[in-house]
Amino acid sequence: MATPTLDKMEEAAAASPYITVTFRIRRFNPEISDESQWQDFQIEIDPKERVLDGLHKIKWDLDGTLTFRRSCAHGICGSDAMRINGKNRLACKTLIKDINPEKPITVEAIKGLTVMKDLVVDMEPFFQAYRDVMPFLVTKGNEPTRERLQSAEDRERFDDTTKCILCAACTSSCPVFWNDGQYFGPAAIVNAHRFIFDSRDEAGEQRLEILNDKDGVWRCRTTFNCTDACPRGIEVTKAIQEVKRALITRRF
Amino acid sequence: MKIHKYDTVIVGAGGAGMRAAIEATKRSRTAVLTKLYPTRSHTGAAQGGMAAALANVEEDNWEWHTFDTVKGGDYLVDQDAAEILAKEAIDAVLDLEKMGLPFNRTPDGTIDQRRFGGHSRNHGEAPVRRSCYAADRTGHMILQTLYQNCVKEGVEFFNEFYVLDQLLVEEDGVKKSAGVVAYELATGEIHVFQAKAVIYASGGTGKFFKVTSNAHTLTGDGQAACYRRGLPLEDMEFFQFHPTGIWRMGILLTEGARGEGGILRNKDGERFMEKYAPVMKDLASRDVVSRSIYTEIREGRGCGPAGDHVYLDLTHLPPEQLDAKLPDITEFARTYLGIEPYTDPIPIQPTAHYAMGGIPTNVEGEVLADNTTVVPGLYAAGEVACVSVHGANRLGTNSLLDINVFGKRSGIAAAKYSQENDFVELPENPAQQVADLVEHLRNSTGKERVADLRLELQETMDANVMVFRTEQTIKTAVEKIAELRERYKNVSVQDKGKRFNTDLLEAIELGNLLDLAEVMAVSALARKESRGGHYREDYPNRDDVNFMRHTMAYREVGADGSDSVRLDYKPVVTTRYQPMERKY
Ligand SMILES: Cc1cc2nc3c(=O)[nH]c(=O)nc-3n(C[C@H](O)[C@H](O)[C@H](O)COP(=O)(O)OP(=O)(O)OC[C@H]3O[C@@H](n4cnc5c(N)ncnc54)[C@H](O)[C@@H]3O)c2cc1C
Ligand code: SF4
Ligand code: FES
Repeated sequence: MATPTLDKMEEAAAASPYITVTFRIRRFNPEISDESQWQDFQIEIDPKERVLDGLHKIKWDLDGTLTFRRSCAHGICGSDAMRINGKNRLACKTLIKDINPEKPITVEAIKGLTVMKDLVVDMEPFFQAYRDVMPFLVTKGNEPTRERLQSAEDRERFDDTTKCILCAACTSSCPVFWNDGQYFGPAAIVNAHRFIFDSRDEAGEQRLEILNDKDGVWRCRTTFNCTDACPRGIEVTKAIQEVKRALITRRF
Repeated sequence: MKIHKYDTVIVGAGGAGMRAAIEATKRSRTAVLTKLYPTRSHTGAAQGGMAAALANVEEDNWEWHTFDTVKGGDYLVDQDAAEILAKEAIDAVLDLEKMGLPFNRTPDGTIDQRRFGGHSRNHGEAPVRRSCYAADRTGHMILQTLYQNCVKEGVEFFNEFYVLDQLLVEEDGVKKSAGVVAYELATGEIHVFQAKAVIYASGGTGKFFKVTSNAHTLTGDGQAACYRRGLPLEDMEFFQFHPTGIWRMGILLTEGARGEGGILRNKDGERFMEKYAPVMKDLASRDVVSRSIYTEIREGRGCGPAGDHVYLDLTHLPPEQLDAKLPDITEFARTYLGIEPYTDPIPIQPTAHYAMGGIPTNVEGEVLADNTTVVPGLYAAGEVACVSVHGANRLGTNSLLDINVFGKRSGIAAAKYSQENDFVELPENPAQQVADLVEHLRNSTGKERVADLRLELQETMDANVMVFRTEQTIKTAVEKIAELRERYKNVSVQDKGKRFNTDLLEAIELGNLLDLAEVMAVSALARKESRGGHYREDYPNRDDVNFMRHTMAYREVGADGSDSVRLDYKPVVTTRYQPMERKY
């Protein structure tokens, strides 16, 4: 067992870990005003804490009306995608120390979806696009008695896109989606990919036809914003490219 | 107020709720009410796997699995239920595979399996590979697969609807379920759902602890709604503390890490589990490992300047194995601790993880009003329920199994009930209780703050009713909880609006946590023995003569309106296995 690096961290931590940070949050509440506005909050926080911890401190200690979604607090449920310092991230997976706490940290709702209140957006159009790509296994013929067999290599083929937590960080970072909400968006394509390349599935052609639509995969201009935004490290642009290639070669 | 009418209403869209929905939707007009978007449910956080004696990689059978479950639960398990769990496990896994779940595979292309704590071959001889898994994202894959199949079946969801009250109506001298009352987050509107059958699948209550693997939203709403209407809660003193939470944060690092060969070490680098569980070592059952960790810490062998944690050591495992089998948890260590698990051990401490107790049900998921009477039209499944297949301590991988087996069973049973029965008439002013609660909190000018009370509750629970308990500590908790419940009456919220008022809902959730914490502490105080997750230092032995029985806690309301917890007991169902001393 190597010598733990943690002891050093702990010593550093022992000498008062707290720093003062400014959160600059774009507030919006149509019950009060039709306009959004920036509001600053100052809090004391350990820089090893998450942006979500900062938002909680504000909500719990300073202003109970601050509204955002969250649940798991460790990057697994997809509730809290937001624009932090201009980039889409999960608040619960972003540590204060990693985003330059010397300057005010800006936090606003993700773009391209209607803001309902503060950091909460209307997720319905996002989930509708997901539902439209037939995101479920389709098989023909009789069910086998035991499990369907799948080789480890075939399983690996679509592993990356099974990791999606439907947080919308990718779709709401996509300039094509900002300009035209009809575009399916990267997350829907990722989830179509997850089935198109699953050796057990038999509806690849149908899904490809859906994505061949004018609002489908050809709208992608390969700007890579989605890949940069994905908190699960999914190679979103690559998945979209693979779907495009499958549409041309009809091989998958 | 809006009134809706459905044959079957399901409360919750985690694994149990969606598994039930897939069955119920095929057979009856079904609505699923969920306070979170379905894919946000905490089932998605489950990592390690789902148990089933598929025997894909080595000899195994359901009877061994039943035995391990009963022994793991320290003989408080209802053995008829455990047998169903273990038998139906095999189909439950195969169902999921057919729905599309991407399990890891063996070289033959079948579902791969790995070791997990407490699962053994032939009644404890040696660890067995029984956990079916998809890397360390098994829960994520289950949640996604079930949601995908709900989309396929056209399941109707009401997202961000908080169920806050259970409607019970007496008909011909029998208490029946008439429906539920829900609060819509987006608008603040109150909705009454009249339903022939209601299934609770609203998950656990872990948020009354501070260091916990549970989500912020796991506040026991379903348990509280039923309890307040006079229904019992079973075995609430039994809570599982998972050995390996990230130090101070509580984020879980799956037992699968030890299944893959990870080792727990104290500050001297010693593999201390060899002392406490010579056969199963690091893979002994969770209560045993958690106590061993705290024993090391108390005896001065903990790590760090404060000596308040131990290490999970994965450094001897090949990086390729970590990448393939444990990608998420190794990333958690990097993200949240800045530690590289290839080269450095990870600081861990036990974390509050799983509620063994809950709403009592029989094996069809029917809710019990007392030891034997069912409440017609009322069902529960998943972590909210107590069947009881987990007894005093749940085995790892048995909950993902539970939600699938009993989610399916309750979905089928509830839909059958709605086909065969009529609606029960709604009570007068069905939304009254919820409307009053919401009004009270919105208008209150009291000086108490939700965040303060919640933190005090969590700190009390961590300090007094966690891994080690005594008469003294539990009494301290009972008193503190009583004080907090009193202060809760003066709680106020800052957000007075209707739209997405999460401030208000956090206040309501805290009310639920306080009631359930009281039930837990009072139940724990009365259980003067040690069994599974409930360890009393003042009564360190299991006492089968006096306590081989389930606790049933009821809310009693006095003439002056004050309430208290009344305890009763229910016999354990024993079929094959007589209680033995538990050794690992
Ligand atoms: C980090 C972690 C790892 C785990 N790993 C494993 C594992 O490897 N193997 C295993 O077997 N078990 C594991 N478990 C345990 C297991 O995951 C859970 O017990 C199980 O997933 C619970 O499922 P559920 O459907 O009962 O509840 P949940 O998935 O928690 O779902 C609860 C649902 O109820 C809804 N809800 C709650 N309150 C309300 C309300 N008032 N109104 C409307 N809806 C409401 C929520 O929106 C949600 O949809 C793990 C648990 C944790 C926390
Ligand atoms: S692909 Fe990544 S960014 Fe997009 S929704 Fe899925 S997890 Fe979020
Ligand atoms: S709170 Fe679940 S992903 Fe951030």
